[in-house]
Amino acid sequence: MSAILPPSERLWWKHPLDKVEGAWIAIAFVWCMVMFFMMVGWHIYGKQNLSPETYRTKPEMFAAKAQAMVDKYTVRTETNDKIPVVHPPEGSDVYLIARLWSWWPIIELEKGKSYRLHLTSMDYNHGFSLQPTNINIQVVPGYEHVVKVTPNQSGQFSVVCNEYCGINHSTMVGRVYVK
Amino acid sequence: MSSTVTYRTCPRSGLQFEGQAEKLMIANAFVAVVFLLIGGILAIGVALTRWPAVHWLAADTFYQVLTAHGIDMLIFWIIFFEVAVLYFCSSTLLRCRIATPKIAWLAFALMLIGAVTNNVAVLQGSSSVMMTSYVPMMAAPSFYLGLILFAVGALVACFVFFGTLVIAKRDKTYQGSVPLVTFGAITAAIIAVFTITSGAIILIPTFLMSVGIVKEVDALAYRTIWWAFGHSSQQINVAAHISIWYAVAAIAFGAKPMSERVSRGAFLLYILFLQLASAHHLLADPGVSTAWKVVNTSYFMYFAVLASMIHGLTIPGAIEVAQRKKGLTKGLFEWLRKAPWGNPVFAGMFISLIGFGFLGGISGVMMGTEQLNMIIHNTIYVPGHFHATVVVGTTLSFMALTYFLLPVLFRREMINPGLAKLQPYLFGLSMYFFCLVMMGAGTLGVSRRNWDMAMAGATLPYEWPGAAYLMMGLVGIAGIAAIAGGAIYIYITVGSLLWGKKLDSGAVSPRFTPIPPTAPTAVVQGYGSAGFAAPGTFALAMVFLAAFVLYYFINWKYLSQVWGLS
Repeated sequence: MSAILPPSERLWWKHPLDKVEGAWIAIAFVWCMVMFFMMVGWHIYGKQNLSPETYRTKPEMFAAKAQAMVDKYTVRTETNDKIPVVHPPEGSDVYLIARLWSWWPIIELEKGKSYRLHLTSMDYNHGFSLQPTNINIQVVPGYEHVVKVTPNQSGQFSVVCNEYCGINHSTMVGRVYVK
Repeated sequence: MSSTVTYRTCPRSGLQFEGQAEKLMIANAFVAVVFLLIGGILAIGVALTRWPAVHWLAADTFYQVLTAHGIDMLIFWIIFFEVAVLYFCSSTLLRCRIATPKIAWLAFALMLIGAVTNNVAVLQGSSSVMMTSYVPMMAAPSFYLGLILFAVGALVACFVFFGTLVIAKRDKTYQGSVPLVTFGAITAAIIAVFTITSGAIILIPTFLMSVGIVKEVDALAYRTIWWAFGHSSQQINVAAHISIWYAVAAIAFGAKPMSERVSRGAFLLYILFLQLASAHHLLADPGVSTAWKVVNTSYFMYFAVLASMIHGLTIPGAIEVAQRKKGLTKGLFEWLRKAPWGNPVFAGMFISLIGFGFLGGISGVMMGTEQLNMIIHNTIYVPGHFHATVVVGTTLSFMALTYFLLPVLFRREMINPGLAKLQPYLFGLSMYFFCLVMMGAGTLGVSRRNWDMAMAGATLPYEWPGAAYLMMGLVGIAGIAAIAGGAIYIYITVGSLLWGKKLDSGAVSPRFTPIPPTAPTAVVQGYGSAGFAAPGTFALAMVFLAAFVLYYFINWKYLSQVWGLS
């Protein structure tokens, strides 16, 4: 019997199992179950779970909401492009626009406080990659994804686009401050 | 269907090749290697651009080259070779003629026309949309049309394979069940049918959108269905290269499966659960429920991972049992120490198996864990993972099999066997290192598919840590070393076809010789235990498990330190 010939025993399924195989299958099965329940358990006990809260949206609708937030909570502007920096209150809705090739506006949050971060794209797929903490979320046009974020460190963070979105993809970087 | 059917028995291997099937295998394998060559040349551009100190190509050329590299390697090289493997596992291993050879040639023509059309579209420059071509970013219509033609051709080839199985059964060329390797190939073909159908479902409307007939394809629906094609096509590879590992173990050692029941059961788990894996590409997406993510990404409670862990044990286990029978019984590892490490067929297969398990397998489970995915999604960790599965796993296995096929199928003596001995080590080990440093850079957050990590021209640039630059430099160096290894493979295979000494074809006959029935065993034992036949392999499996468990919890520790998300 060889793997490239038909099994010599017609009733191959009655062939005995070696202890090496039996033991490994048992161990591997237990490990698979540990991994499965780890994912489920993290939803109960863990603090990093991606929210599935999503709404259908249109670019104009989302842009209007983002503009309203900017009008209300802008504290200053930065760079020559006068990008608004918004400082929304704890627990509020924060809108971040992804478009070719920028993230708008700059957001200022406070450490230890929670916010409802709304993400969508005005055009192609984009990637929300928060650095250096390293959180990565897909941003899909037509879908408004609401993620509750709670910064646990203060400092300056960058939002790097990590979904390919055309020629200037590598210049699409936004900013988040945590006080 | 076919006019004259002739069979020849290879004097070196005893394998029987049917004339038409043989020509089809040669054509498909040859075109596969041509696409590997194109993809390999493109890889130079990718590696030298992502190496920050070199940063060779301009942005538009880089994205164009990266698109072509991905499609030529992941789709065209691999699937052309897989079609050759399917024909080998049916017609050659079952010693029958191939079903409908004319239709098989049609499949080949469709695949070739499709592959060329797609490459031309990318070459023209308006289709730099990456392999995934996420809508609403649009490529030229011929980009999608090429992929669709290729997919239809591949689907037809799968049905030729199924038809060949029917012929073998009807003509009674074998008795009992099909060989394990053929069983694995059937698994691959079943997965392929599912995969290619998914591809057609999403690429046809996208093609219609590109020519203006359909107004819009939903971005999230596209991602969901595209990945049922994109990831599942990698599952065809897994089933195919694992079949090749079993075949190499049988060819190089005369190894028989430790247990047909276990190995076939594991392939069955692939058919049932492996498809679900495509869901892990959507773990960071909006609009998909948590329960859906957890169930699918675990390939339903990790049963497909279980299957891979089983194959990972039973293949070296089968080799160990065969080697111990030959008297290599000293200690735990004499069987492995005295394995034919100078034979590129074995060395390639074993380097592939270890790398696929330790690097590709473990990292794949990390990315496929719902929460851990958030620290990995779309970073360069992802290509680090799939180079370990598709390059170390699939490509290196195909290379190892080629070294066996050169004298047997192509009837040529290998040129420069000394260089061939070295090739799996150079290619495999530099690829190991390449994958490791890519995953290292990904852990630091470096993005994939990015032309310039320095972000020149950005209004609000981000400065990556120095370690990330170091890792990406090492990615460039290791990538070039691996490309050199790939070039040696192409030099040896193409060189052998051109200049290798012609070998005797063996006796030709108009009739097939059925596989002689093996003597039935007098007493079939019932279920039970047969001893502890492969202690060395078991020890290796424990090392694997320890690495897996440790790395798994390190990643959870890392995740627990990032911002709170809920």
